[in-house]
This record gives sequence, structure tokens and C-alpha cells, in this order.
Amino acid sequence: MDLYVVVLVEVLYGVASLILISAGLSIVFGMIKVINLAHGEFMMIGGYATITAVNLGMNVFVAMLVIAPAVVGLVGLVVERLVIRHLYGRLVDTMLATWGLSLFFIGLATMIFGNTTTGISTPIPGFAIGDYQVNGYNFFIIVVAALLLVAMLSVLKGTRAGLVARGTMQGPDMAAALGYSPDRIYMATFFCGSALSGLAGAILAPLVGLVPTSGGAYIAKAFITVIAGGPSLVAGLLSSASLFGVVHQAFTFATSPVIGEVALLVAAVVLLRILPQGVTGTFFKGKT
Amino acid sequence: MPGGLTRDAVTIALVTGVLIWVLPLIVGTYTLTVLAIYGMLGLSLGLIWGFGGILCFGQAAFFGLGAYAYAIFAINIGESTVPMILAVLVPAVFAALLGAMMFYGRLGDVYLGVITLVVTLILYKVVNSTAGPQYVIGNARLGGFNGIPGFPTLNVPGTPDAYIWGDRYFHVCAVLLGLVYMLVTALLRSSFGRIAVGIRENETRMSLMGYDVRARKTAMFAIGAGIAGLAGGLFANWAEIVTPSLFSLGQSAEIIIWCIVGGLGTRLGPVLGAAGLAYLKFLLGQQAVIDNALVTGLVLVLFVLFLPKGVVPALSDLWSAGIGRIRPGRIGRRRQPRRRGWPNG
Repeated sequence: MDLYVVVLVEVLYGVASLILISAGLSIVFGMIKVINLAHGEFMMIGGYATITAVNLGMNVFVAMLVIAPAVVGLVGLVVERLVIRHLYGRLVDTMLATWGLSLFFIGLATMIFGNTTTGISTPIPGFAIGDYQVNGYNFFIIVVAALLLVAMLSVLKGTRAGLVARGTMQGPDMAAALGYSPDRIYMATFFCGSALSGLAGAILAPLVGLVPTSGGAYIAKAFITVIAGGPSLVAGLLSSASLFGVVHQAFTFATSPVIGEVALLVAAVVLLRILPQGVTGTFFKGKT
Repeated sequence: MPGGLTRDAVTIALVTGVLIWVLPLIVGTYTLTVLAIYGMLGLSLGLIWGFGGILCFGQAAFFGLGAYAYAIFAINIGESTVPMILAVLVPAVFAALLGAMMFYGRLGDVYLGVITLVVTLILYKVVNSTAGPQYVIGNARLGGFNGIPGFPTLNVPGTPDAYIWGDRYFHVCAVLLGLVYMLVTALLRSSFGRIAVGIRENETRMSLMGYDVRARKTAMFAIGAGIAGLAGGLFANWAEIVTPSLFSLGQSAEIIIWCIVGGLGTRLGPVLGAAGLAYLKFLLGQQAVIDNALVTGLVLVLFVLFLPKGVVPALSDLWSAGIGRIRPGRIGRRRQPRRRGWPNG
């Protein structure tokens, strides 16, 4: 019985971490059709921002939930103004330019922090379920991911800003004719997406040893989760993250973590081959 | 146009010969060897991306497969001729299977990018995890993260004791690069090449004209992978060790950067881009102030923003403008990027 609870928690944790990793990318891709291959590096910057802030004596939760998103959001803003802005509508070119940015940030982080592993300890202690020891921080990640989904859905569906953003996504010309500047809305959207990437990087930072090349571990997962999800933001994120999270954890339990990762990637390739429109493009057309 | 092809072949042979004679006076042959190998690798992506319109984010996968195929078969067979052939065939067959899966599924640009990227990552992870003694192919231990050292290097075909190394190995690589360049030229002049460029320009129209776009793209993809595999086999000989980092995303990124900087839709561009940037990296590696990745990344961003068609086309435009005559439109030129969105949006 205890084992089942532990497995359930692990599977939920797998799904939640995929949602966290992909949220920023899915906003940027879903709303403004830009694939940000520097997403992993944005998360890496979020991690370094957290660790630096904690080492300067700041409360770890403030550092994770406020400082890191703010820092990465600002980085994203600069990137959007200098680079992305000129490439809207050219999907392949944005992929190439952001890949260049990702190398740039890796180089920059190597020069500043050195090619060594840094980290902080998890701020929440573990506890026991029956005979098994569970990492308490996993629950924090599950809660944050759930809150994040609810927040995304309510902002998009419930507020004026969300309405304007969705309208611009459907028809930028019409939005412009009604007096909203698509340029500004894209900028704001990119800021939000970057801030979410920073948040994800910060929250996952205590679980991994951070190196300048850490971003590479996230980008492929985020990429396939978002692409497999398809055009609907929240439903797509939830469905593909659930699918891949379950596959990953199931194979990890049955065999080894490496096979788990490989199974996730293979599942993605198979899924894209069968459903090239993504999960929501096939099953839930026209929902957000 | 057999006459044009002969003239091209003679030009390529002459240029290759002169470069083999002149370049070692400036740069050491050990460095030149790897530059020639990278040039071949750049050419492989330049062919399928610049002329076939297939954006592959995982060209490093075929490079790595070629290198591993060479190393594994060289240990098991004990001489180099058959392993070298297999270094071309294994990636080509793998690419044909992968390509058939993707192109017969009619996947778009973005999905192609994702799948090739993910396949590279799968290979990287799998090879990286084969550290234990239970992972062997014949006599070859895969060695996981440490790679496979100590396999027999290139020998004269038929005499396994006559190893080719040093200056002679540079000559082999340079001549092979010249031959591959000639092969690509001949391919692009053939009807297969012209139809491939047509598919790049307008896939729907070509399929309505009765060409099997899927089969042709798959064949193109496999040819590119075979060239990358040959480069991989040569690289294994040069480095005398193969490691999983050959499969890494960083390696894939570099190949793409070479093509962008050199110029897509040209044969010379990717070769020059590869050799030039690899040499730049070599020079940067000798100092510790500026990180390598920082410069490479910056180069890629600046080129995408300011010179998206690359150095070679820009220079040749400048050249023809300077002479003041209008040259007839060449088929190789890359079209302007189209606006793209979701396939159904």
C-alpha cells in the first residue's frame, strides 16, 4: 500500500516537473509562435540567480519565487528587443538565433561562474510514508505546478489582458485595428514566458547540481512536451506532460533512470509521427 | 551538360591540388586534416539543407554513428577498408529508415527539427550509459562516457600493416574532400539534384508534377548522412578515440552554424564556413579570456540577424555587382524565408 502511494507521488512529481519545465516555452510558442531554444539557458540563469541570492543571505523562497523570475524576465525582455523582435514570423530563423543565444549564455555563465557544479540544499525536509522515505520538496513542486496551471488558465480566460493576448494571437491585424499594439503584446508575452522559465529553473535548482550547461538537460524535454501538446496552451501542456511523465516514471521504476529518459524521448518521436498536430490539435480542437 | 561537368571536375581537382600544396606552408597538417574533415561534414548538411530543404538538427548523429561504426568494426576486423565502407553505409541506412519514417509521415519543418534533435539525444544518452563490461559488440567494448580508444587506424587497402598517418593522412582526407565535392557537384547537375532543388522551392508543385517527393527526400537525407558518416570515420582515425560527445547537441549546433555562416544553397559556403570557424575555435582555444561558446553563439545570432544568406553568396553578389553585369539566376540560390505558423492555423 505504502509503495503505491510512493509511486503515485513520484508519477505526479514527474508530471509536475514536466509542466514546470515546459510552461515558459509553451507560452512563448503557443502565443507568439517563437521556439525559444535558449529556454534551457533561461532556466539555468534562473537557477544561478537563486543560488547567488541565497548566498547573499536572502530567504530561499523569496529568491526562488521573486528574484529569479524577475531577473530572467528582464533578460528575456532585452533578448526580445535586441533579437527576437526582428524575426517574428520566421520560425526557423528564430530557432537558429535562439540556439545561438543559448550558446552565448552558456559561454557567459562559464566565464562568470566557472565550469564547476554549484547548488543549494532543498529547503523542505523529507518525511516517511510507512517504510519509505519521501522527499518533501516533491510536494512543493506538485503544488507549484498545479497553481501555475490554474493561474495560466484564469489569466488567459478570466482577465482582460488574457483576452487581448488571445485576440492578438488569433489576428494581430485585427488587434492593431482595435488599438492594441501587437508589438507591445508580444513583448509582454515574451517577458511572461521568460519569467516562467526563470521560475522553473529556480524551483528545480535545489534538486540538481547546477553547471553552465544544465540547460541542455531541459530543452529537449520542454520542446517535445510543448510540440506534442499542440495548439491549446493549458490543455496541451497538461495532456502531454501527463503522458510523458507517466511513461518516464513507469520505465524508470521498471528498469533504470537512463531507460526512463530514453523511453520518454522514444514516446515523443512515436507520438509526433502518429499525431503531427499534437494531442490537442487532434482531440480537443479549438479549446484553450 | 556533360561538358560543364568535366570543366567543374577539372577546376575542383586543380584547386584541391594547389591547396594541398600551399596550405601546409601556413598551417600544420595535423590541424588541416581536421579542418578538411569538418569541411566534409559541413558539406553534408549543406547538401541536404541548402539544396534539399531538409533542416536536420541532428547531423552530428550521423557523424557520430560513422565514427562509432568505424571504431567497432576496425577492432573486430583488424584492418580499415571494410570498416571505412561501413562507416558510410551504417549512417546512410539509419538515415534512410529515419527519413522514411519522417517524410512518409509528411511531417513539417518544425517536427523534422524536433525529431532529429531527439534522435541525436537518444543516441547520446544510450551510448553514454554503456559503461559496463556487459556492453560489447564482438571484441569492442563500448566504454560509455569514456568512449572507445585503441582501434586500428587507416591502412593501405589490402596491406593491414601499412598505416597511413601524418602528412599522408592529410593528403587522403583532402583528396577525399575533393572527391566528395565533385560527387555533390555531379549530383546537383543531375536531374535528381535539380528535382531536389525544385522540391525545396515548392514541394506541392513537384508532387503534382508526378515526382515522388517522399522517396526523393529520403534518398537525399541518406546521401547526406553517408557523407557525414565518411567524415565521422575519418575523424575517428584522426582523433584515435571516439566518445559520446560526437553525438552531442553542441556538435549539431556547430554544423548548422558552419552552414549559416558559409552560406546556404552553395557548395563552397559550408566547406569554407566549417574550416574557417573550426580554425577560429582552434585559435580561441589557445587563450582563456573569452569562452568559446560565447563567440560561437554570438556569431550565429549576428549572422541570422544581419547576413542570413551567409558569406559566400554575399561575396559573390558583391563581385557580380562590382563587375557591373547581371549574371543569369543560378538554381542554387536560397529563397527568402516564408512566413510560417501552425500547419492548420
